[in-house]
Amino acid sequence: MKLLLTGNEAIARGAWEAGVKFATAYPGTPSTEILENVANYKEIVSEWAPNEKVALEAAAGAAIGGVRSLCAMKHVGVNVATDPLFTLAYLGVNAGAVLVTADEPGMHSSQNEQDNRNYARHAKVCMFEPSDSQEAKDMLKEAYAVSEEYDMPVLFRMTTRVCHSKSIVDCSDRQEIADKPYEKDIRKYCPLPAFARGMQVKLADNFKRLEVYSNTTPFNYIEDNGSDIGIIGSGVAYRYAKEVFGNTVSYLKIGFSYPLPMEKIAEFAKGKKTLYIFEENDPIMEKEIKAAGIDCIGKDKLPAMGELTPDRVRKALLNQEATIIQPNPEMVLPRPPAFCAGCPHRGVFYELGRRKDLMIFSDIGCYSLGLMPPYNATDAMICMGASISAGHGVQKAFDIKGDHSKKVVSILGDSTFFHSGITSLMDVTYNKSNTLTIILDNRITGMTGHQQNPGTGYDLNGEESPMIDIEAMVKACGVKNLISIDPNNLKIVKEAIEWGLNTDGPAVIITRWPCVLKKFSTQDIEEFPTAFKKFCAVNVETCIGCKKCLKSGCPALAFDIANKKSGILKETCVGCGVCAQICPKQAIEVEVR
Amino acid sequence: METKNIVLVGVGGQGTILAAKLLTTGLMEAGFDVKMSEIHGMSQRGGSVSSLVRYGDDVQSPVIEIGSADIVVAFEKMEGLRSLEYLKPTGKMIVNDTEIFPLSVIIGATTYPDNILDEIKSKVNVRVMSATKMAEELGNSKVMNVILLGSIIKSMGLTDIDWDRIISENVKEQFKELNIKALHAGMNAV
Repeated sequence: MKLLLTGNEAIARGAWEAGVKFATAYPGTPSTEILENVANYKEIVSEWAPNEKVALEAAAGAAIGGVRSLCAMKHVGVNVATDPLFTLAYLGVNAGAVLVTADEPGMHSSQNEQDNRNYARHAKVCMFEPSDSQEAKDMLKEAYAVSEEYDMPVLFRMTTRVCHSKSIVDCSDRQEIADKPYEKDIRKYCPLPAFARGMQVKLADNFKRLEVYSNTTPFNYIEDNGSDIGIIGSGVAYRYAKEVFGNTVSYLKIGFSYPLPMEKIAEFAKGKKTLYIFEENDPIMEKEIKAAGIDCIGKDKLPAMGELTPDRVRKALLNQEATIIQPNPEMVLPRPPAFCAGCPHRGVFYELGRRKDLMIFSDIGCYSLGLMPPYNATDAMICMGASISAGHGVQKAFDIKGDHSKKVVSILGDSTFFHSGITSLMDVTYNKSNTLTIILDNRITGMTGHQQNPGTGYDLNGEESPMIDIEAMVKACGVKNLISIDPNNLKIVKEAIEWGLNTDGPAVIITRWPCVLKKFSTQDIEEFPTAFKKFCAVNVETCIGCKKCLKSGCPALAFDIANKKSGILKETCVGCGVCAQICPKQAIEVEVR
Repeated sequence: METKNIVLVGVGGQGTILAAKLLTTGLMEAGFDVKMSEIHGMSQRGGSVSSLVRYGDDVQSPVIEIGSADIVVAFEKMEGLRSLEYLKPTGKMIVNDTEIFPLSVIIGATTYPDNILDEIKSKVNVRVMSATKMAEELGNSKVMNVILLGSIIKSMGLTDIDWDRIISENVKEQFKELNIKALHAGMNAV
């Protein structure tokens, strides 16, 4: 059966075909759809984990327990999961375990462009790198066989273009893999120094065997087109090379990329006048091939940052540039993403942005958009959960310097709080900080496309789950000053911020209102019966055209330049009423649909 | 055959992704090798979205190079302007005569140019369609995307594929008839 699948769908299909029985992930672009698709296969127990470290540990445990397990995350998620990864490499597995890392050459939706092939080397785990959906499925199945044969977790590098592009996949049936018995074996599963030394030796031995595998696996293959120009390529970069050079050069396609097939590479390099290395991001293969004494050309000519798309390859190697039709650049307006009409973050960032006495440390999620006009609120962000802990550090620095011109506000969402905000909040209370933390609880993981989280009351399969209470969690972290508010009421938001900044010791404000794009659960319908059932309208008689409402940055607003009046798109507006509260003339009315 | 390149661009929520899905499904069933690439990290938040569709005997790259698209179909005027660079000099553009204001316009920081179509017409072979209006006349503004899909199919000479069946198999029962009507309206408009 042939299906047109994205790389992420192909991973899910591959997991099902490989007989995987347990899968877990924390959502993150471009990896999110892997688990969403895995969850469609009822033979696989699928879970959202609160963060990537937890996910990898659960997947490791399932493999030790005796069933094949899958774990998926975006590239920066692997940073969070490195602690278990590095030691799991020592322990090895029982049933197979695969960790999918979705890297982001080009940084389409990420804060950095780290190359997680480095982790294969650093953590000492082997790696596959598919170049399209068919390979993603086929290699994933092979990865389980390798994981079990060589007793190690396998790192599986996808990139955005492989995750999110569709291509044709020849599918097969599910393999029924016998579960492995679990047997207590402390020399295998307890890395005390005395045992870990033995594990290290075993790992090194397995790598020796993997070098043989790498030189013989059909996933590393030569396409000899009789040319004295050779290209060694991995991932989608190999596809880009073929797009540009077709059959005019010879290729060594690398699908199993760590350890590299050095014998095959030496054989391929023999008699080649020129050897190019095609890899996205870091010059990893290039350095290892050069270290083996084989002359090659890589990042000295090809871009080391961003994607290695065919147009960039043509420019770099052939000095060819396409004829481009360019519009008048002054006419092209950028279209960055914005808070949706009815987004519960709007009121908070409107009020925060109006104050000049704040240092706002934001976090990873939709609210990262709070740095943009018209709010211009945010000062800084680093990674998941850093708003609270890095904010704590900034406040300490201000205190140490005796600089009281600004006070720190840390701001993050519900899922991010569960991910890694809790430990950061403990840091704030434990170390007697006095920052204000705002937790924007929109009842869902928003940015990645609405995944359930421990606070929503539902699991990945849509079944009811215990709802973790953020208020109780905050109190348990030692916070004495805590209030929960409706973020759409600007007066309350403003007063809450003022209160939070003037209390003694750390304060937390929790806003609770659902994401406008969320599919309401039964619980949401009960808790928010009036949400998004209204609309706003401008009374043109009263409107003085002052444009203050536009400061809300709502995409439902449209200013009528000719008549100098504000207007509201009825189909877009959901009646949150934030603009109506900003209007100095009460010219905006909220009506029930 | 040489690989053909189709670019669909629009604003998040306009239905480019569904149109591209129907298109690629039909192309695969017709026996072509197909690849499609999308960037959709924050697309639901009103950002620009694009779907790049390639088909032929053996398609390697999932992305379309600038200056190489056979056709660019813009679901919104500004996105058409932004995507001119995808088009090869002999390529064709179809633009839906609809404007969606970016935030900079909404907050009054800039104004949306009123001569976008003139700018596009002065540079490339373009067909302007009132797909949003046509969709409203059919009774649902959302089928604008399938009207534009019809225009792609006709422009690329792909009318031999059984699109009615592809649509029937991929949209909800209650919207089948409407979408098939929209498809044919789009085909007849170019």
